[in-house]
Amino acid sequence: MLALQYVRSIPAFAIVKASGGRPDVATSALSMLKLGDVPEPELPSRDWVRVLPTLSGICGSDLAAIGGHASLYLDPLTSYPFVPGHEVVGTLDDGSRVVIEPALGCKVRGVEPLCPRCAEGRPGLCYNVTEGPIEVGLQTGYCADTGGGWGEMLVAHPSQIFPVADTLSDEAAVLIEPFACCIHAALRGGATKDDYVVVQGAGTIGLLTVAAIKLFTPPKRLVAVAKHPTQRDLALKLGADQVISPADVFQRVRFGTAARRLDGMDRPLLLGGADVTFDCVGSAESLNDAVRFTRGGGKVVAVGMPGEEKVDWAPIWQRELTVMGAYAYGSEPSHKGRRTFELALEAAPELHLEKLTGPLFGLGEYRDAIAYAMSAGRLGAVKVAFDLRGLR
Amino acid sequence: MARPGAVIEVDRNTPPVLFHFGEGVRLEKLPLGARIVYPPDPLEPIAHAERAIKRALAKPLDDDPLKSLLRRGMKLTIAFDDLSLPLPPMAAPDVRQLVMEEVIDMAAEAGVEDIHLIAALGLHRRMTADEIRHIVGDRIFSTFWPDRLYQHDGEDPEANVYIGKTSAGEDVTLHRRAAESDLVVYVNLTLVPMDGGHKSMSTGLATYRGIREHHNVKTLMGSLSYMNPPDSALHHSCIRQGQLIEDTVRVFHIETTVNNHAFPAIANFMQKRETDWTPRDQAMFLGMKQFTDIAPPAFKRSVFHAMRAPYGLTGVNAGQVDAVHEKTLEAVRKQISVRVEGQTDIVTIGVPYLGPYNVNAPMNPVLVVCMGLGYLFNFYKNKPVLRKGGVAILTHPCRYEFDAVQHPSYIDFYDEVLADTTNPQEIETKYEKRFAEDPWFRQLYRKSHAYHGAHPFYAWYWAAHAMDHAGDIIIVGGDRDVVHRLGFKCATTLEDAFEMAEQTVGRYPSITHMRMPPILLADVE
Repeated sequence: MLALQYVRSIPAFAIVKASGGRPDVATSALSMLKLGDVPEPELPSRDWVRVLPTLSGICGSDLAAIGGHASLYLDPLTSYPFVPGHEVVGTLDDGSRVVIEPALGCKVRGVEPLCPRCAEGRPGLCYNVTEGPIEVGLQTGYCADTGGGWGEMLVAHPSQIFPVADTLSDEAAVLIEPFACCIHAALRGGATKDDYVVVQGAGTIGLLTVAAIKLFTPPKRLVAVAKHPTQRDLALKLGADQVISPADVFQRVRFGTAARRLDGMDRPLLLGGADVTFDCVGSAESLNDAVRFTRGGGKVVAVGMPGEEKVDWAPIWQRELTVMGAYAYGSEPSHKGRRTFELALEAAPELHLEKLTGPLFGLGEYRDAIAYAMSAGRLGAVKVAFDLRGLR
Repeated sequence: MARPGAVIEVDRNTPPVLFHFGEGVRLEKLPLGARIVYPPDPLEPIAHAERAIKRALAKPLDDDPLKSLLRRGMKLTIAFDDLSLPLPPMAAPDVRQLVMEEVIDMAAEAGVEDIHLIAALGLHRRMTADEIRHIVGDRIFSTFWPDRLYQHDGEDPEANVYIGKTSAGEDVTLHRRAAESDLVVYVNLTLVPMDGGHKSMSTGLATYRGIREHHNVKTLMGSLSYMNPPDSALHHSCIRQGQLIEDTVRVFHIETTVNNHAFPAIANFMQKRETDWTPRDQAMFLGMKQFTDIAPPAFKRSVFHAMRAPYGLTGVNAGQVDAVHEKTLEAVRKQISVRVEGQTDIVTIGVPYLGPYNVNAPMNPVLVVCMGLGYLFNFYKNKPVLRKGGVAILTHPCRYEFDAVQHPSYIDFYDEVLADTTNPQEIETKYEKRFAEDPWFRQLYRKSHAYHGAHPFYAWYWAAHAMDHAGDIIIVGGDRDVVHRLGFKCATTLEDAFEMAEQTVGRYPSITHMRMPPILLADVE
């Protein structure tokens, strides 16, 4: 089958890393990414099913891996070579439309008894990602045995499959996976109706976090930090009360929370500030800002995948911040244990997520697609995706 | 003898006219038939300022000589205007220094030991030590600073007292030291008719609670114009408050006036009509134009703000406030009044680099509005130069540029308030209280050098009458996004602005250019 494959290669990694992750190098013949004819993944057991991807999104974590920016922490949690793509809408052999929940926890791997985290309904935190009939991997799209969305076919456990209603287009459904991540993050953050909440970043994750917070934990004021005009418009449409630029974040948060501002040698800090901050950028810049404008005793939720970033821990210590990650999805205790994907599928139709998707590229245009995705915000795009409908 | 102001009609021989353009200048050719209103030439200054001051203190108006009011063991407070006047700042020595030195000498002779000097800055920013030194002079500064020479703090609950309510129900507050003094001597410098009189004490030594009584949209919309006190609700309110203050504490007023010699030799061409420009003036203009076209804004600013005006003292009067202020206004009007026949469809105004609230700081967009549509538009008596529904055209680069130290609340006013609405009434209702009570703005006003949280609102209200009166407002050369945020239209050239204005006022409009500063007061028939 035709697929894009990520091959582990130290020299290729070194070349891409040395280029700073430039898209022309990161998709060149010297890179880790290869387009070619690869064997179809085998069904690990009889109950697994084949999924033919229709659309498959290009995620920030994919770009980090391709561009050599991803944390090396993830390397032993991944098996190679793998076909990337975990934001997938596709069809089963019977023609029904589905999205897949990519987390490869105990249940998917057939491990019994379930590890404590999977028993809690948090397969993203599974202890057994090395076990079972498939290779190591946190998710579909990072596992050598499951295939991924950037190929003609992948395999999935029935517990990963969620049917898509006819009312939800493929362009909207391809965003269910990141939307589920953002719902999980919003619920982790647990903002209350009295809170002043800041969402940093307005790419796919930032925008969908805004939407999720507005729907599931509506605060007193929801402020989005966005760099580009299209992002600003979308953030407002998805529920932000105010959109501000990154350069103004201290000024605006200070005013909004009636905090006090002190200007340090490197960057300002607020005495007072946001109650909950969702960092959907994952850069040193955004994280260092977040820990300085979130109030003492407040929460900082890391939603966007950070790499190895230098963050000053002094404010985290002095302000007694709760810094928490929000990874993946599962079952949500605050919603009677319902699956995050179910919540996402229910909430998606009213959000008209299809307006966030595009442009679409064929697999053969992957170089253009990756380059476009790396500059999506500047180019007015949110979710760049591969369209695999032409392969059938 | 100084020439009076003049209204010149543009003909074929009229040279291009000077427009101020922030930290820059432009020469613009006006259409034939347009009018240019020029301020009077500077009046001849008083030859011996110290002698005039001594005479005023010895023979006050409707009051006893100052010397007779001073006695050993008394508590004497001298309050003085802050650096918002005059503009540009006066070349040393400032007349306030001369007056205060005389008062202090007289008090020392009488054996008065308990003397405090207070900068009556109202809700303006605190001055730096150097700025205060420039106003009071080295001798006073080295003797009194900082224990007995300090600045009013309108947010210090301990340092202010509530005086009561006026007959119109307006709250009146006053600096505690002034209220508890046996005598307050107020030393004023009046540059424009808006200043001085009862407004000095009722604003300069008041708190937000007292100042908000007249610094509001309703009062300012009833002040047509606030540059002519008899027609100004702002002044009527200040008079009511001031009378209550005078009932509470003995006040001896000293008011000074200066001529309109606003620019030093390096910028002397700004002072003159273009027809009077000598080759040297032309060369100076070209040099300044070249410099301001290419120099970075911060550098231009440092050069412009370093200018000191060679003002000359034209009057000093002392005694009872009403009698003194009447004489003061007479002297001011003599210097700045120009008779103008009838109103006009379009008025053009060049907004300069400096207004009362941006000494040593950039003129941010809100202050451009305050200066152009507040102060400069309101320099009229009887009726505005611009007819109702006419078009006001301002020239200013109008950049998104704020001084974070002086104008922190202005940044939030621009970004938060003006993003929502530009309607003064709505702004006042929805936002003023929040800004006024913001603890951080309070702290910056009290401890740093920031204007009070409510100050950008006042700057905006100052322009409310012009915004209501004009059918359209166009800013030539402004940053498009900024101008649109302010609620106005933007034009690249003056010609474009005239074209745009014709859509509002029709073809072949009458045009009047107010060629200031130096300041003029249009007495419109």
